Amino acid sequence: MSITVNNLTKKFGAQRAVDNISFEVETGEILGFLGPNGAGKTTTMKIITCYMAPNDGDVKVNDLSILENQEAIKKKIGYLPENNPLYNDMPVLEYLEFVAELQNVPKEKVSNRIGEMVHVCGLNVEKHKKIGELSKGYKQRVGLAQAMIHDPEILILDEPTSGLDPNQIVEIRKLIRHLGKQKTVILSTHILPEVEATCDRILIINNGKIVADGTADMLRKRAQGQEVLRVQIGNPEARDSVITGLKNLDKVAMVDFDPESKNTFIINSRDDQSSREDIFHMCVKNNWVLTEMTPIETKLEDIFRELTTVN
Amino acid sequence: MKPIWSIAKRELKTFFDSLVAYILLVVFLGVSGFFTWLFGSDVFFVGQATLQPFFSIAYFTLFFFIPALTMRMLAEEKRSGTIELLLTKPITDWNVVLGKFLAALILICIALLLTLPYYITVWAIGPIDHGAVWCGYFGLILMSMTYIAIGLFASSITNNQIVAFLLALFIGIFFLIIFNVLSNNFTGFLGELLSYLSLSTHFDSISRGVIDSRDILYFLTITLFGLILAESSLAKRNIVE
Repeated sequence: MSITVNNLTKKFGAQRAVDNISFEVETGEILGFLGPNGAGKTTTMKIITCYMAPNDGDVKVNDLSILENQEAIKKKIGYLPENNPLYNDMPVLEYLEFVAELQNVPKEKVSNRIGEMVHVCGLNVEKHKKIGELSKGYKQRVGLAQAMIHDPEILILDEPTSGLDPNQIVEIRKLIRHLGKQKTVILSTHILPEVEATCDRILIINNGKIVADGTADMLRKRAQGQEVLRVQIGNPEARDSVITGLKNLDKVAMVDFDPESKNTFIINSRDDQSSREDIFHMCVKNNWVLTEMTPIETKLEDIFRELTTVN
Repeated sequence: MKPIWSIAKRELKTFFDSLVAYILLVVFLGVSGFFTWLFGSDVFFVGQATLQPFFSIAYFTLFFFIPALTMRMLAEEKRSGTIELLLTKPITDWNVVLGKFLAALILICIALLLTLPYYITVWAIGPIDHGAVWCGYFGLILMSMTYIAIGLFASSITNNQIVAFLLALFIGIFFLIIFNVLSNNFTGFLGELLSYLSLSTHFDSISRGVIDSRDILYFLTITLFGLILAESSLAKRNIVE
């Protein structure tokens, strides 16, 4: 099941919550939706799940359009809305049965599916309680269970790990990774390491527009441009000659000192080139002891901040 | 049809799991029983084997009873956000509205069913006009449908239950009393129109045992109108300019 979003626009009054965005998600891909609060993530998800109609543009799920084939699309999608709304006065099992009924799960399969969801989402201990009595983490699991009860081909999860403890987060991520092998998954989150850990592709959205699209590595490279290395050499006395030597290397663009340590250098390579080998060979030739060489990666946080705080 | 039933079933379960259903049933039976048998122009005061006293008191109790049932139906779903969960399932807005309508109607029918002993008792006391009794029940059900539709509409435009309750009473009181009172003050077309809109005009004739298709049409039209308004206020989220 592939999802194609074409020139989608949604206005709330004068404000454009989603502004002419287009993207595609392939089968078996896990797409991470990133963006500051109010960027338009949730609105986009609400449109894909046929909860809201867009002002302009279209979303196609395979060949089905959200403007025409709502029922058919809704059947294929499992959706966990933001803030995970649930009927607090219903027991877990009864609720899952209700959702299964609405999703047209065949009668003979209902108890099977419920059993599986209870197992997969780790609800066994709490399954007879009322939803309102559960802790936030367990409610989140119920939310996930109801989204997956009809074994949908597409999963749309709005902040699936919010409110979970670290162990549960790891489990849910594992689960999403596992599901993502056969299904198409779109998830939104504020937690950046989470996107890196679970998603194949990242989409950063700001003020209703897509500002970045690609894998975590691609985004990093794009933001950084050149390779930055942190190099430590274990011979403080040779400091000056090290600097001259480094500066003379063809592939090195700039050499800087680390303010905290005398024999540590920050080296920028020239665009699209790597100076790692050259540095190593130079040290070997001069008999300098290379005690550290670490590529400095731009953190996803930095990319995110850079892309979403301009203007 | 199936999703409507699923929603109605869940709604009924919620009524009976919480105390709502029991409290309302007890209050309805208590109030209507008190005025039918013990107080005011009750069966013994009238001195005839008729359920007319019950129908005229049920006419008022249902007026309060039904908004209390319908007030949370859509308002609560909107407040808690579960409406989003519901409407992203493969069902339509109409399924949701009709499911809730059906649930409220079933609960009212249960309440009316529980008053059948009144009928049997009066029957045992003296010769009763069976046709008038069944017509009376039929009229109450038609009237309940009208109030449920009004209540659902009130519940669909707010996410506050109390506002929904008061609004349903406010709209209901026009049909219950105000149109009737106003119609006495106007002559000609306006007077007739107001008199036609008044619920009591139509209910009185049915509960006396006269079934006129125009009366039935009146109740069904207002019901449909209320449901259409409720559905469109749910579907409002889809409107784009």
